[in-house]
Amino acid sequence: MRAFSYDRPDSVDAALRGVANQPGTTTEAAVKFVAGGTNLLDLMKADVMRPDRLVDISRLNLDKIEEVDGGGLRLGALARNSDTAYDARVQARYPMLSKAILAGASAQLRNMATNGGNLLQRTRCYYFYDTGTPCNKREPGTGCGALTGVNRIHAILGASDHCIAVHPSDMCVALAALEAIVRVTGPKGERTIPFADFHRLPGDTPHIDSTLAADELITAIDLPAKGFAEHSTYLKVRDRASYAFALVSVAAALELDGQTIRTARLALGGVAHKPWRDPAAEAELAGKPASLENFREASRVLLRDAKGQSHNAFKIGLAERAIVRALAEAAGVEHP
Amino acid sequence: MIAKPTIPDPLERSNPRPGAQIGKPVSRVDGRLKVTGGAKYAAEFNTPGLAHGYIVSSAIARGRILAIDTSKALALPGVFQVFTHQNRPSLPWFDRKWKDDDAPKGSPFRPLYDATIHHALQPIALVVAESFELARYAARLIHVTYEADEHQTDLHAASADAFTPGKDKGGFQPPPKPRGDADKALAEAEVSVDLDFTQAVEHHNPMEMHASTVIYHNDGTLTVHDKTQGPINTQTYVCNVFDLSKDAVRVISPFVGGAFGSGLRPQHQLFMAVLAATTLKRSVRVELSRPQMFSFGHRPEALQRVALGAKKDGTLTAVIHEAVQETSQTENYVEVVVNWSGQQYKCDNVRLDYKLARMDTHTPLDQRAPGAATGVPALEIAMDALAAKLGMDPLELRLKNYTEVDPNTGKPFSSKELRACFQQGAERFGWHKRSHAPRSMREGRQLIGWGMATGVWDAMQGQAVASARLGIDGTLTVGSATADIGPGTYTAMTQIAADILGLPIDRVSFQLGDTNLPMAPLQGGSWTVSSVGSAVKAVCDRLRDKLAGLAVGLNDGPLKGLKADDLHFADGCLIAKSDPSWRLSITEVMRANDLLVLEDEARSIPYYKSQMQHALGTHSAIFAEVRVDEDLGTVQVTRVVSAVAAGRIINPKTARSQVLGAVVWGIGMALEEETMTDQRLGRFMNHDFGEYHIPVNADVHDIDVIFVEEHDDIVNPLGAKGVGEIGIVGVPAAIANAIYHATGKRLCDLPITVDKILGA
Repeated sequence: MRAFSYDRPDSVDAALRGVANQPGTTTEAAVKFVAGGTNLLDLMKADVMRPDRLVDISRLNLDKIEEVDGGGLRLGALARNSDTAYDARVQARYPMLSKAILAGASAQLRNMATNGGNLLQRTRCYYFYDTGTPCNKREPGTGCGALTGVNRIHAILGASDHCIAVHPSDMCVALAALEAIVRVTGPKGERTIPFADFHRLPGDTPHIDSTLAADELITAIDLPAKGFAEHSTYLKVRDRASYAFALVSVAAALELDGQTIRTARLALGGVAHKPWRDPAAEAELAGKPASLENFREASRVLLRDAKGQSHNAFKIGLAERAIVRALAEAAGVEHP
Repeated sequence: MIAKPTIPDPLERSNPRPGAQIGKPVSRVDGRLKVTGGAKYAAEFNTPGLAHGYIVSSAIARGRILAIDTSKALALPGVFQVFTHQNRPSLPWFDRKWKDDDAPKGSPFRPLYDATIHHALQPIALVVAESFELARYAARLIHVTYEADEHQTDLHAASADAFTPGKDKGGFQPPPKPRGDADKALAEAEVSVDLDFTQAVEHHNPMEMHASTVIYHNDGTLTVHDKTQGPINTQTYVCNVFDLSKDAVRVISPFVGGAFGSGLRPQHQLFMAVLAATTLKRSVRVELSRPQMFSFGHRPEALQRVALGAKKDGTLTAVIHEAVQETSQTENYVEVVVNWSGQQYKCDNVRLDYKLARMDTHTPLDQRAPGAATGVPALEIAMDALAAKLGMDPLELRLKNYTEVDPNTGKPFSSKELRACFQQGAERFGWHKRSHAPRSMREGRQLIGWGMATGVWDAMQGQAVASARLGIDGTLTVGSATADIGPGTYTAMTQIAADILGLPIDRVSFQLGDTNLPMAPLQGGSWTVSSVGSAVKAVCDRLRDKLAGLAVGLNDGPLKGLKADDLHFADGCLIAKSDPSWRLSITEVMRANDLLVLEDEARSIPYYKSQMQHALGTHSAIFAEVRVDEDLGTVQVTRVVSAVAAGRIINPKTARSQVLGAVVWGIGMALEEETMTDQRLGRFMNHDFGEYHIPVNADVHDIDVIFVEEHDDIVNPLGAKGVGEIGIVGVPAAIANAIYHATGKRLCDLPITVDKILGA
């Protein structure tokens, strides 16, 4: 592997000094934070990511899961995925999130992976990993191999001519539906990023995954008080029963008034460059009875601009079915 | 010393035999070594100053290398050399020097031979450095300029130029000539089905990646630790390619972490490691990365058509099976795909056709049940479709057309307890409760389906030699240069030897994986127990005869005057059958004759004459239950019963493990496994375990294995047929048939993924 330098600061301030004065976003940065290392180290071995310097933040005191004022929960950036999924408060108040985390990776990976790192994991597109092929995300300007190649696992929403890769996280899909807030700190102090604004669509700069600046550090993810514990679920459809990325996944959360939907949240994984939410589809459900027919209508709204590639058009129909199934499960509506 | 060929006597059938070890569920004798890390694999042998190689793979699928710039790599401190076609030493020109025991007709791939690129991921350079990490880094600094030619990796397109191969590989039989007029019979059949099938490319994906550690000795001799299914094959290849004498190359490979056929041919990491070691005169290891495991042989992609015609009562009147498989531009890789369709059922009109199409890929390679795992499921899915059309139970249809002789040759089977497989498997599964109509069983959104299929594989035997050494301390060491790629060869051979000489298991050890041991053939095709086991039996029989002769000749001994046949061997003793209190221990016999050791060697040869007069095969019946999510198209295989007839089972515990593993792979073949090709780049794309899906624990539910009783005195002296392949054959069909029963959808393109279920 390429030579790189390594640093293990003992405070957040020292960590920030390690990445100070880097322009652009964290995806492009030459100095990178490393925590669980479950994705970054693999990508370095494969010569896909080539950082000059790693700043190891794994020993910083950011691994707590704490109550916040107003009834929410703060997930430390360095809390492990496993500890988060099995936290009694998360399980009781945000079961959809717990289920989503446990649908991802393997037990061993979840034991290593941190919450902050989960947000920053890279796509699993074959072309991104194979340095013998073109990929605009890995090497801007080389073209998108997947567009004309094997694209069974690729995007149906929000893709561009430059990139059709999808974001691989399960956890992030649930966080999107929960409208989590990403807390970051940087040279100008702390700021918060609404989850919907954290990841980005590829456009003509697919080499940039998120809006996190290169000199910023994620410190926590705040879960709002509203956890939809009564009526929510995470449904993941994949090629095998475990240890596979989502073909389509759905985080569905409802607030019901009897059988009437007060609020609906819907986020999809495996279909776009970021966890996919669509306010129009959610608005479609608000105030309507929780019925299969209405769920189907909402799925049609959500998928109205979906576009398949040569191998993945099946995802559109599959997404529709998965949305209906997930909403039905969340609402407790029986299929006929 | 060259052992005289021996035809061992059949193992006694009487049951229980005193001192019997054969048939017992003995735990793996090497189990402790394996679970404690004590078992050493090819990449785990170390020596001071070991250098590490890393391979550079081609980015294009076809063309030539115009230039390779290695200067940046060579400039790194700690990089010893970069080998390319430009600086390689002189290598042999004749193809025969590059052939190995599993090579098909043609010109074997020669790494670093010239500038030609034959396939994507072809190895084109080797970096040798003081550490693996440095070699890997340096490999990335090598800049290659190519001139690309157009490539062909699309089998549908390539099949337009398909050709009929000859007898192009050992063990391959071209399809028999047509019998009757199958096309006419099909056209006139009262009921018929006609289906097209595709089988995706699959890679072997053993857990252990291919690796070779070559220890260079000061006198220029080599010790080679190679991942191989045949140490002698490795030795012969190295000697031929590098012009070395057999004395100068010893191969030691005591453990192999799975191979499934990938170790039948020497792979390019062996060539690379020996090249570097002999040129640099130092010890070198080359290990492939997981993506590089997709750079050589694989189960070939196949296009098939099976058409069946029948009378209304289910009598088969026509069988047509056509197949086209990929091979490389340079070798004719062939496997028996369609012949089984003429053998499985009684039918007077049969036409079988097998063709190859050339593509710009590496030559395919035998993979667990090569050919049968591709062809038999196509036949068995078609049989299920025919049964559905006839309104007949699928098991009933198979029984209706059951055959006691091989219709391809007219020869009787040496044994065929397939009826017992059907009967016991169906009973265990509860098959009689099956409703005939598709979509007739459900639980909520889950459609439940039951399907079944038949499996078949050949029972083969080759010549092998074993040596045995009995010490005065009562311990026995037996050896043969075979491999143990996971089936439990160490254990089975130990049992056979212990059984013949009536010794406890812990007094016997078996050695393998070393070219200093007597000759054994490649481990593959389910023939190791048959071939090597017969040699072990033969040499132990000779020791037994010697001991018996010595014992009855002892003037003051209790066995004096008895004949060898009057004795049996148990508990480390020779015991009079007439009165078990008359006994002598093996050590007593040796001591009384002033013998410190008793040694012998024997070569076993097959019962050629009687084998030639029979069809020899293993058979199975597989029953599967699936649950298909009607909305999402996901499939769970909730139950499998596999009933196997494979002659005598030497070790029911390890044999069961073999069948379990094969059923799991069958689930993979049916639902998950596929190496996907980017046709524009001519390149396999999902070359890692994240995206090449094999079943995980969560995919595997109840698997029940039954071994039906089957006696066979013709296959070999042990009456054991081997179970390496039979477990997988038919499983994909049983699952596909169960999916049909659940959903009413007849899916013939494997693997059956979510998109196919939703799309059909």
